[in-house]
Parts: sequence; C-alpha cells; structure tokens
Amino acid sequence: MTEVVLKLLFIVLVVAGGMLPLITWIERKQSAVMQDRIGANRADLMGVTLLGLLHPAADVLKLFSKEDVVPEGANRLLHLLAPVIAFVPALLVLAVIPYGGAYRFGDTTLSLVVADVDWGMLFVFAAGSIATYGAVIAGWASNSNWGLLGSMRASAQMISYEVTMGLSLVGMFMVAGSLRLPEIAAFQDQSFRLLGFLLHMGFVEGETLPFHLDLLRLPMWGIFLQPLGFLLFLTCIMAENKRPPFDAPEGESELIAGYHMEYSGMRFGLFYTAEFLEVPVIGAIVATLFLGGWAIPFLSQETIIAFVAGGFGEGFATGLCLVLHVLCFLTKVAILIWLQMALRWTLPRFRYDQVMDLCWKMILPLSILNVFVTGAGILLVEGVIS
Amino acid sequence: MQGEFVGLLLLLALALVIAGGFLLLHRLLSPRREFAEKLLPFECGELQIVSPHQRFSVKFYLVAMLFVLFDLEAVFFYPWGALFRELGGYGLAVMAVFTVPLVVGLVYEWRKGALEW
Repeated sequence: MTEVVLKLLFIVLVVAGGMLPLITWIERKQSAVMQDRIGANRADLMGVTLLGLLHPAADVLKLFSKEDVVPEGANRLLHLLAPVIAFVPALLVLAVIPYGGAYRFGDTTLSLVVADVDWGMLFVFAAGSIATYGAVIAGWASNSNWGLLGSMRASAQMISYEVTMGLSLVGMFMVAGSLRLPEIAAFQDQSFRLLGFLLHMGFVEGETLPFHLDLLRLPMWGIFLQPLGFLLFLTCIMAENKRPPFDAPEGESELIAGYHMEYSGMRFGLFYTAEFLEVPVIGAIVATLFLGGWAIPFLSQETIIAFVAGGFGEGFATGLCLVLHVLCFLTKVAILIWLQMALRWTLPRFRYDQVMDLCWKMILPLSILNVFVTGAGILLVEGVIS
Repeated sequence: MQGEFVGLLLLLALALVIAGGFLLLHRLLSPRREFAEKLLPFECGELQIVSPHQRFSVKFYLVAMLFVLFDLEAVFFYPWGALFRELGGYGLAVMAVFTVPLVVGLVYEWRKGALEW
C-alpha cells in the first residue's frame, strides 16, 4: 500500500508537478527561439526573472483570478463537468506506464509502475476515448455556435484517429507478444544482430558469427522493428491530442477557440492543463512502446548488474540500475517532448478535410498493411535476426 | 492484482481532487461582475441568430458509424496480436480471412464517397 502511494506520488510530482510547468515555459521559449524572438521574460519577483521561469506560476495566479463566466442558456452542470472529464484521463494514463523495470532487492521485487496490469495498453486507449467526451460536452453545453462546431470537429477527428491509433500498434503487440506495458519495455531491453542472415544463408561457416560481425547490433526497439508503426502511431496520438498541426477543432483563425471558447479562468485552465499534460504522457507512451522505455541501449539490466555486482555487491548494482533506468526513461521522454514542440511550431495547421483524409485514406490502409507485413516478417525472419 | 486497482483508484481520486480543488479555489478567488451583455454567447458581436441546439450535418454521424465498425474490428486485433507467436501461420491466415470483409468495406465506402469531406 505504501509502495503504491510512493510510486504514485513520484509520477504525479515528476510529471504533473515538475514537467508540466516546465513544458509551458519551454513551449514559449522554444517557439521564441524558432521565430527569432526573446520570449517570455517579464514576470519578475522583486527583480528576479529567472529567464521567464516565473511565468508558469504567474499563469496559474492569473487563471485563478479571472472571472468565472458561464454563458446564458448553457447547461451549467455539463459546462462545469466538461473540463474535469478532459483533465482526469490525461492524468490517469500515467498509472500504467512503467518508468523503470523490475528490480530484485533480496526477497522483494520492486516494479516501477503504479498498476502492472495485463490490459495496460487497452487502458490507455480507453482513457483516451473518455477525453473525447470532454471536448464534445464542452462545445455542446456552452450554447455557442463556434463551440458546437469545434466540438463536432473534435469528436469526428478524435474517434477517427482512435481507430488508427489502435491498428497501428497491433504490429508492436505482435512483436512484443503482450499488451502489458512493463513487458513491452522489458522486451526491448536487448539487442539484435544486423548480419544474422549471413549465418542462416550459409555465407558464414560455423555456429556463431565472427566477433567483429556480431558487434554490428541495434537495440531491439520498436522504432527499429516497427518503423512504419512508429510513424503512424506518433501521428495518430498527436492528432488525438488536438495540438497543432492537428488543431482544427480549436483553430483560432476560423473557430475563434473552438470547443473551449466559452470557458474562462480555471475552467479553461483545466483544458489547457490537460492538453499540456498530454505532451509528456504521449512522450512516455511513445518512449515505452518504441524507444525501449527505461532500457539503456546495448547495456541490458543483466549486463550492468553482472558488471557492477562483482565489485560493489548485488544490492548496489540493482540500485544503480534503477537510478540509471529512471534517468534514461526521463531523457527519452524529454527528447519526445522536444520533438512534439518542434513539430508544433514547424508545421502549419492541416485543413479539416486533410486531417480526415490522412486518417481514413492513408493511415488506416497503411496500418492494416503493417499488421500483415509484420506477421509475415515474424514468421519468416524471426530466427534470422535473434 | 488487487494492488493494481488500488493504484488506479487512488490516481483517479487524486485527479478528481485536483480538478475539483482547482475549480473550487477558482470559485472562491475569482471576482463576480456579471451583466447581461457579458453573459451572451460570443458570436463576433452579433446576437445569436441560430441556436446551436439543433440538428446538424449527417456527415458526423457517418464518421461515428464508421468508427464503431472499425474500432470493433480493431479490438479483435489486440489479443490476436499479443498471441501471434503461439498462433503462427494458421493465425495469420485466419486473420487475413477476417480482414478481407473489413478491407472490402473500406474500399466500398471509399468508392461511394463516404470518406470525402
């Protein structure tokens, strides 16, 4: 019980408490750098500006002190509930994402994930589809035509990309043989030989590859085993979050602010928080599925423990592994956050018909194709690379 | 297994408390200066002519129906994918048979223009 609470506090404090304010700051600073501006640097506390790091705190204070306006004719209950429905699933997904492996200390095993469930990835999909309701209810409940248009677009876009998000991942499930996120991450904590086919096709004599050819390896990461799946899934999950370039539901130049235009103060703040919270959550999901999660490339857990345990004892080696793995995971998440920000400020917004065409006419056929190519690949060449 | 649900429920409770707490605190801290014009739904300076609570384009229902079809089929893929190694070539052949109607349906919708905006 205490263990669960501690793990929970860790993820909530690191991701929601630490990363979230930083991300709002990084987004402003990175966009400023990309557009040759200085960026947010005005918020100061007795002359100290800290490069604009006080802005997240100022934002929160500002949101709290804004008037809470509910438009006339709005459904007051649903208007209040919508931001909560949008916010809760974003945080809930964090429970099933492993931020470290499983570690044996003496008799006890410490597994660094709050909820180690067989249906981990299904839970991510399910929570993601709950978030759709937040956007739809928000637009409908606020008695505004712009809001309604925005929520209609959000509903069609989010449910369309939900289908392809699931299908584009089937290839990864087949490769890893599980829907459990810790198992998928642990599966990627190994490497495969690039030249294994030489052995199987008889180009090399003997049972094993010569040492120098055996060195040519790649980590067993989803991005190498499922490159197409990675691209499709990243596109889908970014479209699911409705951030630019997929922000047709709230496109400010056509729909003012879309489904959350009649929201002010902290009610708007919750939508904003949910959207920003999704950025590290997406980073964590993609890192776990395709970038090996906590796995350090070419240095599997056994290798580290076997190497360090001799000199410093098993307990220290395992502890070192734990720290390195968590740091490695956070690094990967940070890289993916940077990638999302760079994409957001590089690409212009898709037109709405382009968003839907991309989903149904490009990603859906490609992801079905990916399933069968992967299947044939596993049956034909699995023995060759391992 | 129970421990996992404890974690999920705790996180759910925490998320609800955070969201509820934010909204409550906002209620307590925010000023209230309401007047009739401010409460009107925003319509670029005009009065609202058309109520948003009416029927709208059937286009969106079509997408929702396609979603139900394809998402149900996608759900069959997950357990099959996780068990793929055990099912082997037979599993792949069976899934190919299962996918043919799905692809035929997709082609039909495509040709009928259901995917056009």
